[in-house]
Amino acid sequence: MAELSELTRHIESYVDTSRSPSEQVASLRAITSLLKKNLLPIEILVREMGLYLTSTDSVIRCRGILLLAESLDCLSSKPLDTSTIHSLIIFFADRLADWKALRGALVGCLALMRRKDGVGIVTISDALAVTKSYVHNLHVQSLAQHDRMLCFELLECLLENYPDAIVSVGNEIFYAICEAVDYEKDPQCLLVAFHIVELAMRLFPDLYGPSDGIVGEIFDTLGRYFPIHFTHPKGEDVDVTRDELSRALMFAFTSTPLFEPFAIPLLLEKLSSSLPLAKIDALKYLSHCTLKYGADRMEKHAVAIWSSLRNIVFSSSQEPVLSFDCESVDGIGFSDDDIAKEALTVLEKLFMQNSVLFLNLIVNDEDINLIFDNINSYMNFSNISLQSKRKIHGVGCILATAARSTVFSCNRIFESFFPCLMNTLGISILKPSDNMSPSGKHAVSGTLNFGALYLSVIVLEACRDLTVGSAQVASFPTHETFCCMLERFSASLARDFISYVGRGNETSMADVFLGVKGLQILATFPGSFLSMPESLLEYILTALVSIITENFQGTLSWNLALKALVNVGSYIEKYHESKKEISYMVVVEKIGSLLTAAKCMMPYSRKLEAVSEVGMSGRNYMLKVVPRLEEAIFTNLSDLYVNGYMGPAENTVRLLECYTNKVLPWINNSEGFDEVLHLFVINIWNQIECCKHFSTRTEEKDIFEATMKTMKFAVSNCSETSHNAIVQKAYAVVSSCHFFSWNESAVNHVEMRGLDISHELKLSIRDRWVLSLFASVIMAIHPQTRLPDVRATLWLFMEMLLKGHVPSAQALGSLVNKFGSKANGQSTLDEAMDIIFNTSISHADSAYGISMGIGDKSTMNLADLCFGASNSRLLQINAIVGLAWIGKGLLMRGHEKVKDIVMILLECLSSKGGRHLRQDSGQENCEQDVSSSVMTYVADAFHIMMSDSEVCLSRRYHANIRPLYKQRFFSTMMPMLQALIIKSDSLFQRSVLCRALAYIMSETPLVAVLGEAKKLTPVLLDALLMFSKDNLDKDTMYSLLLLLSGILTDKSSQEVVIENAHIIINCLTRMVSYPHMMLVRETALQCLVAMSMLPHSRIYPLRTQVLQAVSRALDDPKRSVRLQAVRCRQAWSSSPVTT
Amino acid sequence: MTLGLINANPVVHAKKERVARSEDPHADDAVDPLEIYDHVRDIRDPEHPYSLEQLSVLSEESITVDEKLGRILIMFTPTIQHCSMVTVIGLCLREKLKDCFPPHFKVDIKVAPGSHADEESVNKQLNDKERVAAALENPNLRQLVDECLYSSEL
Repeated sequence: MAELSELTRHIESYVDTSRSPSEQVASLRAITSLLKKNLLPIEILVREMGLYLTSTDSVIRCRGILLLAESLDCLSSKPLDTSTIHSLIIFFADRLADWKALRGALVGCLALMRRKDGVGIVTISDALAVTKSYVHNLHVQSLAQHDRMLCFELLECLLENYPDAIVSVGNEIFYAICEAVDYEKDPQCLLVAFHIVELAMRLFPDLYGPSDGIVGEIFDTLGRYFPIHFTHPKGEDVDVTRDELSRALMFAFTSTPLFEPFAIPLLLEKLSSSLPLAKIDALKYLSHCTLKYGADRMEKHAVAIWSSLRNIVFSSSQEPVLSFDCESVDGIGFSDDDIAKEALTVLEKLFMQNSVLFLNLIVNDEDINLIFDNINSYMNFSNISLQSKRKIHGVGCILATAARSTVFSCNRIFESFFPCLMNTLGISILKPSDNMSPSGKHAVSGTLNFGALYLSVIVLEACRDLTVGSAQVASFPTHETFCCMLERFSASLARDFISYVGRGNETSMADVFLGVKGLQILATFPGSFLSMPESLLEYILTALVSIITENFQGTLSWNLALKALVNVGSYIEKYHESKKEISYMVVVEKIGSLLTAAKCMMPYSRKLEAVSEVGMSGRNYMLKVVPRLEEAIFTNLSDLYVNGYMGPAENTVRLLECYTNKVLPWINNSEGFDEVLHLFVINIWNQIECCKHFSTRTEEKDIFEATMKTMKFAVSNCSETSHNAIVQKAYAVVSSCHFFSWNESAVNHVEMRGLDISHELKLSIRDRWVLSLFASVIMAIHPQTRLPDVRATLWLFMEMLLKGHVPSAQALGSLVNKFGSKANGQSTLDEAMDIIFNTSISHADSAYGISMGIGDKSTMNLADLCFGASNSRLLQINAIVGLAWIGKGLLMRGHEKVKDIVMILLECLSSKGGRHLRQDSGQENCEQDVSSSVMTYVADAFHIMMSDSEVCLSRRYHANIRPLYKQRFFSTMMPMLQALIIKSDSLFQRSVLCRALAYIMSETPLVAVLGEAKKLTPVLLDALLMFSKDNLDKDTMYSLLLLLSGILTDKSSQEVVIENAHIIINCLTRMVSYPHMMLVRETALQCLVAMSMLPHSRIYPLRTQVLQAVSRALDDPKRSVRLQAVRCRQAWSSSPVTT
Repeated sequence: MTLGLINANPVVHAKKERVARSEDPHADDAVDPLEIYDHVRDIRDPEHPYSLEQLSVLSEESITVDEKLGRILIMFTPTIQHCSMVTVIGLCLREKLKDCFPPHFKVDIKVAPGSHADEESVNKQLNDKERVAAALENPNLRQLVDECLYSSEL
């Protein structure tokens, strides 16, 4: 009983409208939980609520019924017995008549109707009762939005779940629907309403006889909504989009073919609307209707539809109606005119459905025939008016759409129009005896006629698309009419196309374009349809090749021909046309041989472009082309080594660049080229091995660098297994050189003799090539590759880096980056480090080393050299640069040894290191100079270590990169360098330290730096001012400025910015006139805008200074800087108003 | 000042699309009419919540510039012949250009020939340094000009 009294309390609290909504929800929840736990049978609840459900007070009755309905809604998964459901649904159905308490009845009906099978559902007879009550009692349009929505949902639910009940109600339901939907304006309701119409119309597929009026009436209601015009503001909580509504309406339109007599005229009428959206919608509906209404019904409207579609296509308003450039060679069509595109889609559907009828319409169309009759007025592209261009383009599109749709229509189009076109072009059937040679100056048989040419090309293209598409589907009748016609004309067509291209200079670009395109289409007809004689394909290909080889002055025709050739190649590759491939291979050979053909007058860059493009059109072609390219590289290089190469040096550079930048990336993405690459690298080494003396020409820097890059790229693309062989080979060549002074017996005490700069020059040109290429190989190999003799290699690179050979230093860095742990018998990283740091190096002039007290022998190690233990300044610099690259390798893999290197570098920077040199020399000034430049190199070392290099140690070259290594390095280095800066005693030293820190900061991700903004800002500003004095470090300066702008815009560092506002502004106002880089000026101005947001009291004193600097920027030579200046000036001059 | 609007129902034109300049670092970035037009097109009309561009008071073609001599000439077309707001529009243009270009540019502002009943005197007034300075000392005028220049109504 206690439960019962509690229940009463809950019921009262829900029914009482003066209670707050949250209380009501809570009591509803309490009641449903009782029901769910079976503590309260639903019958008891109904009995308890009896009074509320039947009260004469409509407010209480409404709340009561709603409570019952809502609690039923929550019980959708709880099994209920049939009798309960029956009595409940009858009750709710009955209450639909009670308009004062409708909400509850609707919710209750919906809750019960939506129940799933298995937990007790409403029977059909009960559903019928609901439907009847609905039809008789509900006046949907007189209700509020939410209730209307519920009504629609109830009807939708009935239609979906109880179609039988609806059917037995009969036509009455349609009147109810009409009444309900009529004048509905709410988008959400409409979405459901459209769906209701769609469902209802499907339920009654054969509404005939007297009900005919109903269909008209329903469509009348529906048709008013077309086209959907939806201007609801975005901010409101309507989540229905115009597209959704439009789609729902479209499904309603096409739900039954019975709508046809009403829908099609309406759509046709809207096609002439001036609203583009309405047009597109009408076309979309039309194509959907075509599919749904069926051919018979559509036939009635064929003429009307055809004429409106034709008008749309003809009047398409695209500005450059016909554009002829390289990009559009893949397809001529409406580039982005949605309306015309949509119209052609409709046409295509109609053709597929009822080819005969629509083809008759096209063939007999007056406008189209008029164009064909007057085709002679379209002689010359440049003389045609815009209007005519539109027309002929439209005709082309229509014919193409027709020809593309079915084989039948393609035949018909060919029969009706092709002979006329051929006639106009003056093309006759070529006898087989006729000689087909592209080079022969055949008399131009055809008459020049742009219109006919354009139409034939576009029809041919459509026909080709049709056959290529259906070649996949095997069941395609061969020897169709169009195939036969084409076979007869193909030869003369090809000849005609060639003649159009050949007249390249006198004719307009359009003719050349169409000629090349025609040739391409003829060459890409599937062999199974068009049994074109092979000689014809060869004839076409030869023609294209001859354009490429002879007509290299004409950019357009050359580009087009190449593109056509590439397209033909990729077509053959894609569809495995083995017969055609044979002919095409000949072309590939011919193009490939261009590279070595001395007679050809073609510019070298064009040759390279042709060769690489043709190669990249298919794997088989590439396999043919690559040897040619490599052959050319070898000939060029050997020429270069031996004779000093007669040709211009840039050709070799271009060749190498083409190979590395175009061919190698392509090869990298396809399989089966490993062997080729491997052989290429080995052959380069063989070549060098054989050639003992290099000519002086070889010294040219461009070729040297390009060769190194090619070597690196090629090696990095090879597989791991071939790396071993390559390294073996390279090592063999290197060890045979005389500079390779490794002596097995003196492992522990190798002396490096004559280590002074003059020695570097003694390295012969060949030696330098060999050494650099070896370094390139080492930079690009996989970490797992086995080196033949690690110690010897390390020695070699050590020696060379001290002599100033930077690639050796980079190779050494790569080596230490890739060394594994002691796994496969190789020496480990630790041993390598031991060799690098503890090897004693003697120097010819090492008196200083003794006086330093390092030992009584004249030996020192790498660290000593960095400190300047030798007298040679260059040696010191070389050692520092080498150390930097080694450090970079270690840093990237996150090795702890990098600390040692950093300590050495810092030592050089600290006062002690700096003083060494100054004390020693009598000539103070000179020495300070030396010391200063050395210290600058030390700062640069940090730049090398932090920046991403393209030369080595990148992902491409299989480097070992630890995540977040930059952040880590930044956070360890920052405190150290800062301490040094504070302790620094000279201005110069301070500036070098600043520079080092700036390099580190500029490469660190912004987030990491922001945390330290407080400490770093002063250094950052110092560094900026320092860099602004010259233009050597533009990029570092720019990234520092970006860092500063990051700090300025970050909330957390606001305090620092306010504190330092004065010096920041000082710095920025100077940056505003930095002459060497526009981006710096622009960013500085943006930073100043950001500064203007600071508290007024802080920045007011700086205002004049800023405004002066900015007004100078108004006169900047670069526009974007001026724009920023205006913005900045406004921000600063209006600041008193805003604060 | 007359009561009520001088042109109560002006013809409003569509805003032209802003063309983004190509990002060519080596382009010749000399001051051109479009750059000037971009600065002044969004100035609000003193009477209506429309920009000068929308009311067709200004167009790119009506601006000429000679960077070498440092001269800018703007011809604007008032919406009606008897517009008494021409001087305010002229002041706005002058103020805006003063903010946007370095002082060595000499700015001439004129009404288009035949577009105003009082063309000659208006042109004279618009290019009279002292009268411009005096006008801008007037707090009411100053406020009106500032509203036109920095209005966010558009």
